[in-house]
Amino acid sequence: MATVVGPRGQQHVDRLDRVWTERPGLLGWLTTTDHKRIGILYFFTALAFFGAGGVEALLIRTQLIGPNNHVLSPAVYDQMFTMHGITMIFLFVIPMTTGAFGNYLLPLMIGARDMAFPRMNALSYWIYLCSGIFMYVALVTGHAPNAGWFDYVPLASKQYDPGTNIDFYGYGLIFNGIASTAASINFIVTIFKLRAPGMSLNRMPLFCYAFLAVAFALLFALPSLSVAALFLELDRQLGFHFYDAAQGGDPLLWQNLFWIFGHPEVYIIILPAFGIATAIIPTFTHRKMVFFPLVALAEILVAFLGFGVWAHHMFTVGFATLTTVYFAAASLIIVIPSAIQLFAWIATILTGTPVFKTPMLFIIGFIVYFIIGGLSGITVAAIPFDQQVHDSYYIVAHFHFVIFGAAVFPILGGMYFWFPKVTGRMYHEGVGKLSFWLTFIGTLVTFFPMHIVGLLGMPRRDYTYPPGLGWSLLNLIESLGSYLLAIGLVMIVANLFVSRFRGAPAGNDPFGGDTLEWSTTSPPPAYNYPVIPTVTSPYPMWDSDDRERDNRRLDRGEGLLELGHETPASTVQDAVADEILSMPSHSIWPMASAFTMAGIFAMLLLGHYLIALGFLGAGGLTLVGWHHKGAMA
Amino acid sequence: LHVTSKPRVRRRPLWRQRAAGAGSLVTGLLLAGCGKQSILSTRSPQAHNIMLLWWWMLGAAVIVFLGAAGLLVLAWFRRGTAGLPFFGERESVPEAMVVLFGVAVPVVALVALFGISNVYLIKQTSPPDPRTTALTIDVIGHQWWWEVRYPGTGAVTANEIHIPIDTRVNVVATTADVIHSFWVPALNRKIDMIPGRQNRVLMYASRAGEYRGQCSQFCGLQHAHMSMYVFAQRPAAYRAWLANMASPSRTPTAAGAQAGRAVFMSNQCASCHTIAGTPAQGLVGPSLTHLATRTTLASVTIPDTPGELAAWIADPQAIKPGNRMPDLGLSRVQVNQVVAYLETLR
Repeated sequence: MATVVGPRGQQHVDRLDRVWTERPGLLGWLTTTDHKRIGILYFFTALAFFGAGGVEALLIRTQLIGPNNHVLSPAVYDQMFTMHGITMIFLFVIPMTTGAFGNYLLPLMIGARDMAFPRMNALSYWIYLCSGIFMYVALVTGHAPNAGWFDYVPLASKQYDPGTNIDFYGYGLIFNGIASTAASINFIVTIFKLRAPGMSLNRMPLFCYAFLAVAFALLFALPSLSVAALFLELDRQLGFHFYDAAQGGDPLLWQNLFWIFGHPEVYIIILPAFGIATAIIPTFTHRKMVFFPLVALAEILVAFLGFGVWAHHMFTVGFATLTTVYFAAASLIIVIPSAIQLFAWIATILTGTPVFKTPMLFIIGFIVYFIIGGLSGITVAAIPFDQQVHDSYYIVAHFHFVIFGAAVFPILGGMYFWFPKVTGRMYHEGVGKLSFWLTFIGTLVTFFPMHIVGLLGMPRRDYTYPPGLGWSLLNLIESLGSYLLAIGLVMIVANLFVSRFRGAPAGNDPFGGDTLEWSTTSPPPAYNYPVIPTVTSPYPMWDSDDRERDNRRLDRGEGLLELGHETPASTVQDAVADEILSMPSHSIWPMASAFTMAGIFAMLLLGHYLIALGFLGAGGLTLVGWHHKGAMA
Repeated sequence: LHVTSKPRVRRRPLWRQRAAGAGSLVTGLLLAGCGKQSILSTRSPQAHNIMLLWWWMLGAAVIVFLGAAGLLVLAWFRRGTAGLPFFGERESVPEAMVVLFGVAVPVVALVALFGISNVYLIKQTSPPDPRTTALTIDVIGHQWWWEVRYPGTGAVTANEIHIPIDTRVNVVATTADVIHSFWVPALNRKIDMIPGRQNRVLMYASRAGEYRGQCSQFCGLQHAHMSMYVFAQRPAAYRAWLANMASPSRTPTAAGAQAGRAVFMSNQCASCHTIAGTPAQGLVGPSLTHLATRTTLASVTIPDTPGELAAWIADPQAIKPGNRMPDLGLSRVQVNQVVAYLETLR
């Protein structure tokens, strides 16, 4: 649907290009406030951490390839599985979904020119980068967190873990949480206020619903983690007794606070994947999502109900039976909105005319693994069974099917799906399909035997195991599967990397997508759309009349907002345009501000509280620079 | 699903007779010979019913999976045609499908599962009413071993629990340091050992034998080497064992063993270990009063043989890195003397 821009339209485009241009070169990347460039920064950073977490996983699997193996020492093994969990959850999946996919696509999908708070968006990214480096400094210096990603006290207390390992965890997560909190506020305001005229809530793409739900869930879940980590550091650094049973504290307080965050977190991880699936499925089945309103409702319901189930991670701590029964019931209720979405996807594929290109294959893989992970999830809501398999490899199998199979597969599919939009080039379809099958089979071979090895009694987090218990062969198969999986993942990255330079030109809309981002050029201009689009249905790209009208408006010079760095705002519910917002432009201050925060946390870790105070003062100065009018230009 | 709710006295419980169901048969075929720590190779009504629950859930899950995956396969075969067979392209049909498979079927299945597992079966795996148990055993988790006490008898041991068969045993699970989790899969569910809390779990074995258990909550460096054995014995054998355990240690007569005793008492050994009837009253490590009766050392890390014991005393950190026992710097002769002494502690 490439349209030829007339000479008068071209003048408007040129003017917008001038207004929205950022600094050139490296400085441009350091000072950018363009949601797309920030999204790309997030993407590469998260991909690097995915690689690190993957190497950690391969080391773990190599240590477990046979009984009584000595590839890693117990101390290194503990750091590896802890960093694997922290990396994949906090430094890969969340930044990849909200940071990369959300940042790049959300403003495009709702027809906005940027996020609501572009500089805060940049701040989120720089904080995320610094917090990731902060925690990896620990690994490089041999002091990585080593009490597991859920870091139970008193194992994580000063008494049993006197080094700085756990402090990297505590301060690192508080620091990282600032980035996610800022990002979720940004998403909520963007989705509520910056939608294109006409995109009332009932016309908003399901992808945006998923991200709205995630943003709210993050906003309400993170404080619990931050408070838990704050208590932990008060206990460790200043001798408080929040978690110290001998002094009237309670180690279960940590578990409660952690899982009040930790379970919503699971849905925070998987909901964006649902969103990506609901973006890809209509495109490749050539039909609208079945039962749109119910699916939107289900997405929000999952995020909401996710706050009421945390104690199902604690069925073996000795709670009263009634308590466990309540949390089991709540956990079972979540099955329903999940099943609604599952069968809505299946019904859409069944009644549409699906084309099984690479992104769609990854969505099929996602559906298959979501069914497996969902079903094993139901089994652990049966309390007596959970009390058997809790903390065994059965649980490791369950959450890898959910988090790797169901959350990461859509990420991989989404990477293929939006690659042409981001780069303007096509990926290689044949290599894409091969990479899917390697990844799909690798996942199955790696994680499926873990169910059985768990039923045979193998606890998780053991650095080694004895022969003779029926675990050895299954562990060998798992390890071989993990190598296959690694090859598949490397092939995906290689395909995209080579296609970035060698791929065929993609055009604006290579797949016949349904959402607005396919109407602009690939890659999109800094201002996304020359003319602010108007929307009349949830499938704006399939309303070709609307898009042709936008093109005519460009020639006539209507709806351009070309006089300044501006984007329109609209009403929350009906998206009636009500205001024109003047957007801040590129700035070095968000990065500087994040660096001073990194200084604060590094000094807290080292116990130099006065220097930390100095960094706090410097942080205040960066905010002065940030808000100074002269610095805006 | 068959359930026993009362303390049983019958020698051959009803559930055992029925246990030859399809599930058990498959289990037996799949897992013959490797079930020492398996939840699918059970020796108590509690663990058996959980296993039955698992096989039923697996059966239902396979049906759901095949149904949902079957719809995807159907979609592949019909990829060129919009709509459904018979129903055509009416939008109400896929919507009804979502409501049927996404709401109605799950509600029925989940209510059934909830009733069976969380209302009915849970009564059996909840902490036992102390009035229904015939014996209480205190199990205390340590980094990285299990202290086992028989209250009222003076018997104290480590990493091995002896119980009489067909007897409801009340296990009181606590910890001396970090959180551990007590788990003997063949006999019952697990229970966490948490500072400041006293948790309880029922243990019952319907057949004599040895059952492997392992800590299942990550507890630090040697979490992987924190296992134990439960020995279910006929009542007479159990009583004989308990009587021996409750008695103080024997004084050695052979010269080598006497020398070993002197080495033990004059070195750090005695400040960490207890040997009842001697000046050694340390509480840091396991009681050694009847060490020679045990089958393994260091929480099932190595077998309890004189050679392994000597290797352990000579360099404990090589065998179980990070454990609390230091290298005492004993000479080779002294190590052998200590081993000779410990071997007399039957």
